[in-house]
Amino acid sequence: MKLRRREFIRLGGITAAGSLVLPSMLQSCKGPVLSDNVNSYLNHFEVTPHLLKKVISTALDKGGDYADLYFEHTINNFSNLEDKKVNQASSNIGYGVGIRVLKGDQTGYAFTEEITPEAMLKAATTAANIANSGGSLNPADISEYITPNLYPVKISWEDTSVKDKIPFLERMNDKIFSLDNRVSKVNASIGDTTSYILFYNSEGRLAWDYRPLVYLAGSCVMEQNGRIENFYVSRSAREGSEFLTDELVDMLANEAVEKTKLQFEAVKPKAGEMEVVMSPGESGILLHEAIGHAFEADFNRKGTSIFSDKMGKKVAENFITIVDDGTLPSNRGSLNFDDEGNPTENTVIVKDGVLTSYLHDRISAAYYKVKPTGNGRRQNFRYIPIPRMRCTRMENGPHKKEEIIASVKNGIYVDSFSNGQVNIGAGDFTFFVKAGYIIEKGKLTRPIKDINIIGNGPQALADIVMAADDTKLADGTWTCGKAGQSVPVTMGLPTVKIKKLTVGGINA
Amino acid sequence: MNTKEKYTLADQVIEHALKSGAKQVSVSLNESHNNDIEIRDQKIDRLTESNRNSLTVGLYVDNKYSSLSTNRLKKDDLFKFVDEGIAATKYLAEDKFRSLPAEDLYYKGGGTDLNVADTKLGDIDAKTKIDIASEVLNEAYNKDERIISVSAYYSDSISNRVLVTSNGFKGDSARTNVSLYVTVSVKSDKGRPSDYWYENAIFYDKLKKTGIGTKALERTLKKIGPEKINSGKYTMIVENRSAPNLLSPLYNALQGNNLYQKQSFLADKIGKSVASSIMTVDDDPLIISGPGSRLFDDEGLAAVKRPILEDGTLRNYYIDNYYGRKLGMEPTSGSSSNAVFRLGKRNMDEMVANLKKGILVTGFNGGNCNGSTGDFSYGIEGYLIENGSIVHPVNEMNISGNMNQLWFNLVEAGNDIVDGSSFMIPTLMFEGIDFSGI
Repeated sequence: MKLRRREFIRLGGITAAGSLVLPSMLQSCKGPVLSDNVNSYLNHFEVTPHLLKKVISTALDKGGDYADLYFEHTINNFSNLEDKKVNQASSNIGYGVGIRVLKGDQTGYAFTEEITPEAMLKAATTAANIANSGGSLNPADISEYITPNLYPVKISWEDTSVKDKIPFLERMNDKIFSLDNRVSKVNASIGDTTSYILFYNSEGRLAWDYRPLVYLAGSCVMEQNGRIENFYVSRSAREGSEFLTDELVDMLANEAVEKTKLQFEAVKPKAGEMEVVMSPGESGILLHEAIGHAFEADFNRKGTSIFSDKMGKKVAENFITIVDDGTLPSNRGSLNFDDEGNPTENTVIVKDGVLTSYLHDRISAAYYKVKPTGNGRRQNFRYIPIPRMRCTRMENGPHKKEEIIASVKNGIYVDSFSNGQVNIGAGDFTFFVKAGYIIEKGKLTRPIKDINIIGNGPQALADIVMAADDTKLADGTWTCGKAGQSVPVTMGLPTVKIKKLTVGGINA
Repeated sequence: MNTKEKYTLADQVIEHALKSGAKQVSVSLNESHNNDIEIRDQKIDRLTESNRNSLTVGLYVDNKYSSLSTNRLKKDDLFKFVDEGIAATKYLAEDKFRSLPAEDLYYKGGGTDLNVADTKLGDIDAKTKIDIASEVLNEAYNKDERIISVSAYYSDSISNRVLVTSNGFKGDSARTNVSLYVTVSVKSDKGRPSDYWYENAIFYDKLKKTGIGTKALERTLKKIGPEKINSGKYTMIVENRSAPNLLSPLYNALQGNNLYQKQSFLADKIGKSVASSIMTVDDDPLIISGPGSRLFDDEGLAAVKRPILEDGTLRNYYIDNYYGRKLGMEPTSGSSSNAVFRLGKRNMDEMVANLKKGILVTGFNGGNCNGSTGDFSYGIEGYLIENGSIVHPVNEMNISGNMNQLWFNLVEAGNDIVDGSSFMIPTLMFEGIDFSGI
């Protein structure tokens, strides 16, 4: 849907995206010299540096030792094909500013959906209440923070009409129907999001970000002799509408049809413990659930994670290195800076089998006296930032895929997933397998589907006994939920073998 | 904005949209105020206050449909947003099934006051909220040397909505909720088990404000030392707190959109037996002070009590206006209100005390259900029961099966529902469930 934001708020000449600006060399005594980009964001939210400082001062009025402002304007569009026609679309606008005050590890938070001086000062007063010692800190002088540009956009979503999206959805529909005469239903959808972010904190850091995000999804339903099977496929990236190509549509359509076809042949495996081989890519869900959440430092700071006492300890085989990366170009999990103004990075969490870092936000980094790792994220301005993953992936290992499969006598190979979960303290984690194969005597045999796998985080990590040299990123539409907040993430994995996990199935 | 101002704005948006080319329009205005307090180990960890407003417009233009929502409620901004929405809608394909509900299905007013809003909730001051959260925290804090962390949460919400349609519906509703929640983590040889307890209520005065911390601690300590047991078929008792998780795939399969999309294992099953004869469930939106009670649904359809399952026989689906037209079915409502399960005679403790061997499931961990086929598989946590008593906690196990079979294996429903939940489901007992363990 064509929603030119400039018709809602003054555009003020916002550079659509991408143009890296040089740091300003001049600091006049009258006030900071700011780039055109950041000025356009200030104009966009109708605020001035003077007002930002005033709001921060109010936020710190009751003795808080840190405060930040997170301005957001997000435009969301969704178009959907059902019954061979694109006959449904929706758009959503979210606009506001979140005001956070910290006193040690305590947080006061309020937001307002009206960006006026009165509304902001009122919210700042509310957030300030977390502290009650009186005395007030002066905010530091404004200094513009120049960030990288990890997601340059060729054609912005605001310059892309629903009319431009329809042909891709129709192509997905036609392609899926053409590939198999058992297809009875096709759904296809495109969701795109554009966020304008302006960040300012009591340390004087002022930064802006333009965050595009898109997904293309398709689902296929086939019927055969009264049996119905379906499969859902998707891809996502931080890109503009150049993301939509015929090649991408065709690839997804093929994948949807091939995976649905296999479902007709699939059986349930035998229930119980067995060796599990995980395919490269999407199987990174293993890292996300088995260890990723438990590495989020808020849980460790509170002592509630099963990994709370494992820092610096050997947790996996020597050949295992795992990172949480917020810097991959155009990746769904990447950010130019995190949602509390800190740079993102490629954080090594397990290096050669040793736990080397948790995933930090500002609060946990201060607690552990380390540098923040840029993992402070929030769903939107209505929420506080907390430690979250970005792209959690494992580096290559020393083995070969063929060798790994050949080593399994009785087990399963898994390659498509729909969801997972973890219990942080007990360490039990699960992931739901949409598709895979039984492995018998070193060979893939019958397809399997719709089974849950459960394991224990530290044990499963220690039980990764083989890892191949074929690591791959998964670029599906993965969304991670924690404490009622959803954020986009990705993952990656080479082919690995886990000595033992508990596989849902049937008992003979 | 007060209710009267919301009606005025809704009328203005409708009038503008009709003038700009829409044939029909619906407008809903939603407002909510939330307070959240987290106390951890006797210190305030987080104070959050939030006030949200949003307006959603449904646009029906030349047999085409789109919807818009925004939290920018200035009239001029809204009018522009609507104009652009109408222009964009024209690019979409025609869909003859898109139109507002028939007028005779709407709620016409005059219903009983369902009493689902505490008008005094807004008067409770922050100190009182912090105090009651601190009290439940202190029930657990320092009460056992194995405790690592205790957190208590207070949260409340006051929400209201106004819904107006261009073919004559006008209605508003308000709702409140207040809750206390405590979670405890403890040290053990195997991991750091945690568990929680909570209480929920519509009215502040009716909220249970004691025993929550004590119960959370008790539950957590009981989870120390879990063991995995052999795979096999076991009798399964599902605690009332977790029973709605098992019912939700069934409820998804009753949705009009899933029936239409062939993503329902309950298609064409009205009047047929789909569950054990123990299972009788009504959808009752008209219970006074029911957590899911309402006089009208999201589309303005008048709320009616309906049987969903009667002695195991399927009686009704959840059909909204649009999928009703597509499926050629009478609309019921697109969403559930209060799910009222016919109760049995015993509570969970009595069921456990009479069980020779089986597994008591107290929580689910991940898993999913294939909507088209009904195949499911879920991670569980709970306890091994032998000769009427708990032997030890179990973990790292899954249950698997098919929803079409599962509900026939239901052998008993308890008499114990959880207060404050719109899913009024008791403890349930099933026979012959496939567990995977060692």
